[in-house]
Amino acid sequence: MDFQLSEQNKMMKMLFQAFAEEQVKPMAAEVDEEEKFPIENVKKMAENGMLGIPFPEQYGGAGGDILDYVLCVEELSKVCATTGVVVSAHTSLCAAPIFEFGTEEQKEKYLPALLSGEKLGAFALTEPAAGTDAGSQQTKAEKVEGGYCLNGSKIFITNAQYADLYVIMAMTDKAKGTRGISAFVLERDTPGFRIGKKEKKMGIRGSATCELIFEDVFLPEANRLGKEGKGFSIAMKTLDGGRIGIAAQALGIAEGALEETVRYTKQRKQFGRSISKFQNTQFVLADMATKIEAARLLVYRAATLKGEGKAYSVEAAQAKLFASEVAMDVTTKAVQLHGGYGYTREYPVERMMRDAKITEIYEGTSEVQRMVVATNLLR
Amino acid sequence: MAKDIAIYIEQREGVIQSVAFELISEAKRLASVQEGKQVVGVLIGSQLENSAAELELYGLDRLIICDDEKFELYRTELYTEALTSFIREEDPDILLIGATSIGRDLAPRCSAAVKTGLTADCTKLEIDEATGNLLMTRPAFGGNIMATIICENHRPQMATVRPGVMVVTREEGESKMEVERMDVSKLDLTVRVKVLEVVKTIKSHVDIGSARVLVAGGRGVGSKENFEILRGLADSLKGEVAGSRAAVDEGWVEKPRQVGQTGTTVRPELYIACGISGAIQHIAGMENSGYIVAINKDPDALIFEYADVGLVGDFKTIIPMLSKELGV
Amino acid sequence: MKIIVCVKQVPDTTEVRINQETGTLIREGVPSIMNPDDKAAIELALRMKDLKPEICVHVLTMGPAQAERVLIEALCMGADEATLLSDRKFAGADTWATSIALAGAIQKIGADIVLCGRQAIDGDTAQVGPQIAEHLNLAQATYVSDAVLGRGGVFATRKFEDGDYKLELPLPCLLTTLAEEIDVRYMHTHHIVRTMKERKIQLMTADDLKVDQRELGLKGSPTRVKKSVTKSAKSAGICYVDNPEVGVERIADYVKGLNIL
Repeated sequence: MDFQLSEQNKMMKMLFQAFAEEQVKPMAAEVDEEEKFPIENVKKMAENGMLGIPFPEQYGGAGGDILDYVLCVEELSKVCATTGVVVSAHTSLCAAPIFEFGTEEQKEKYLPALLSGEKLGAFALTEPAAGTDAGSQQTKAEKVEGGYCLNGSKIFITNAQYADLYVIMAMTDKAKGTRGISAFVLERDTPGFRIGKKEKKMGIRGSATCELIFEDVFLPEANRLGKEGKGFSIAMKTLDGGRIGIAAQALGIAEGALEETVRYTKQRKQFGRSISKFQNTQFVLADMATKIEAARLLVYRAATLKGEGKAYSVEAAQAKLFASEVAMDVTTKAVQLHGGYGYTREYPVERMMRDAKITEIYEGTSEVQRMVVATNLLR
Repeated sequence: MAKDIAIYIEQREGVIQSVAFELISEAKRLASVQEGKQVVGVLIGSQLENSAAELELYGLDRLIICDDEKFELYRTELYTEALTSFIREEDPDILLIGATSIGRDLAPRCSAAVKTGLTADCTKLEIDEATGNLLMTRPAFGGNIMATIICENHRPQMATVRPGVMVVTREEGESKMEVERMDVSKLDLTVRVKVLEVVKTIKSHVDIGSARVLVAGGRGVGSKENFEILRGLADSLKGEVAGSRAAVDEGWVEKPRQVGQTGTTVRPELYIACGISGAIQHIAGMENSGYIVAINKDPDALIFEYADVGLVGDFKTIIPMLSKELGV
Repeated sequence: MKIIVCVKQVPDTTEVRINQETGTLIREGVPSIMNPDDKAAIELALRMKDLKPEICVHVLTMGPAQAERVLIEALCMGADEATLLSDRKFAGADTWATSIALAGAIQKIGADIVLCGRQAIDGDTAQVGPQIAEHLNLAQATYVSDAVLGRGGVFATRKFEDGDYKLELPLPCLLTTLAEEIDVRYMHTHHIVRTMKERKIQLMTADDLKVDQRELGLKGSPTRVKKSVTKSAKSAGICYVDNPEVGVERIADYVKGLNIL
């Protein structure tokens, strides 16, 4: 196993680091405080080819590898977890399933605009009554002349009102349970489709999480992704990949919190010396750094396996499980080491702590990740 | 043999730039330690009679004027031609040029043309007593290093000198300055670069990041009116007013002037903190300043730990004391 | 049409710290970066290429083998070609000897426009650009904040302390650019992948240049560093509690030393 980043990975990282530091970081507090979707930065990321990293040039992608993409989400999330998830949802949950499960016509139709960032993508699986239990979908796609008629609603959809393309799961045959679910590509201005209420969230407050509402939306046959009844399988495989993105986001949040804390503890003086001179501080920082390194190895390994076309769903689950719990742990300790100031909005660590929590919940809760790992063990 | 110390006298629209006076004074000082050395000025421009007269009080031994309407605006090619012609004719031992945006354009071009060394942006000049060489000292590496450069085997020893560093002295008594005119007709005055337009700009935007002096106030300043006291000192020190977050939040000073964690990080040569307690967020933005003065009523204020000089007291009495001491 | 952009790899001087005990520079861990003014030069060249895609942007650096990194970065921003000018014979060069070597390389590659950064952050001399221009007898504009191609020439804005000149330069010419005036693009993921696949960087040594080798490197340099000292470490401050007038005198002495009044 090679623990080194390739030369290409390193240059990519340099780009993402500079972009995050100069463009994303100055906006991060505002994005959080005002629940502002970072649309200007999404456009700038498009200009720099950051919205189609791990896809081939022939569809307008960068031709980079999965690790390049992971580094992108990681570096963005170091300074702004909202921006990290915007890229992750677009790339892993919308562009990836179209690339992996789409027909050649579908790829040629949708990917160039998605990968150039001209269009932003979203993914819709969750419903009010179908969270972890994704099989109990209520949204229906009834077969009609030439296509399907879509009715129902989805909730907690990242990028919702800023997206142009949505990968949607809906029941085509309720009697078959999960085998009755099919996947579709929905375009923004399709009649009968609208954005519902926006969620007020604890963290990643800029990511425009909304409800999607479908009232007699006509979807032509050509918009069905994969075979009828294969939607659940497509969703699960998509989420396997998505977990790598969220794991990268969690890793980034933790790293960002550590950087802030190292800087702060060197500056902050109490009892006549900087608090970094106290052993308690040093030991906490050492633990934070060590856990982050362990998380990084898991995340990069999952990314490398996916990039090599090998099975990676257990590794992705482990990476997301571990990295998200590290993010929560590290950000909590970061706030603690910042003391009273850490609890205020003058320092970014309280935001990072709020942002970290979601990584233990979305794209499969920590419990779901444990189920994936355990099922594999006990098979 | 090369012998004189030559000064490029920079003028803009006929106005001699202050760096030229600084260089003349510095050259006089250098000449005084070496017997027989004269200080020669070279002035290039158009309609220079009045400008030349202005120079009489500063003690130049000779002034060579290159006066032609073609030299009205600064043009790299023409000025290079005139100055290199001067160098070839006069063969000076030392040539000093102000490190302005003109000097730093002209000097390297000339040094390449006459094939000699050039040291940029000097802040200190000395004559090495043993060899007679010019010791040219300049900051390098972002100001972390002071390097002393010599140019042993080529003449003239050329240096650009940072404006505002050398001290100006005036000569008493009658001027003995001899004025000569350069024969412009023998110069090659072909130009390739056209000046299409000259746009004058007045600096208006606030930039506390590039100010040499910052006078900053915090909550202890107490009011917007009291900030005027700070502004007065800042103006007389040609600096800017800055504020802590507390002062900005109170509306006493504008947001672009905020120093610290959520404001700008600054490193001026002089930072005067008035009524600033020294919260860590503020310290983070100014601790690398060259010289930090703290004025605060509270002797236990954290800011004193970072100050080169701390004064316990009311800035309203101390600032006038300081202004008086400085004669401003 | 070919534009040559001269770039330099420099230590990030804002990251340099002084060891308070020994008074020496701490160079370890100081990252090497592309000189900011040079990046602005690349940007101007790429803007010209954006409008005229047939333009070839060629980046040139002189330095040790690891200076290749700034060339890679330039290619990842969108430059077409790169040359690393590297030879032990160049070592120890001052601005004169550096400009001789770079001018030799530019002559060999051939250029319609040469772009350089105004100055490098490790030396801040601003000399190499104009010296190259003199060696190659090129029209020059320094302190350039913007430049566009016109018919048969370049229109450039040249900054002074108190205003701007709008200039028209014929080809060939040399411009030096200001980082603070030019927003520089980032690398692009597509260019990164392409650059890493192709890896085309030409190597050039002293023997490839038509220059007098006695004018290169340390022995070709008219100037040399006699000594260098780090700025002395700051001593602990003094606090005047009952006698502010003494403190005021002390401050006044320092302020007078700044010579700003």
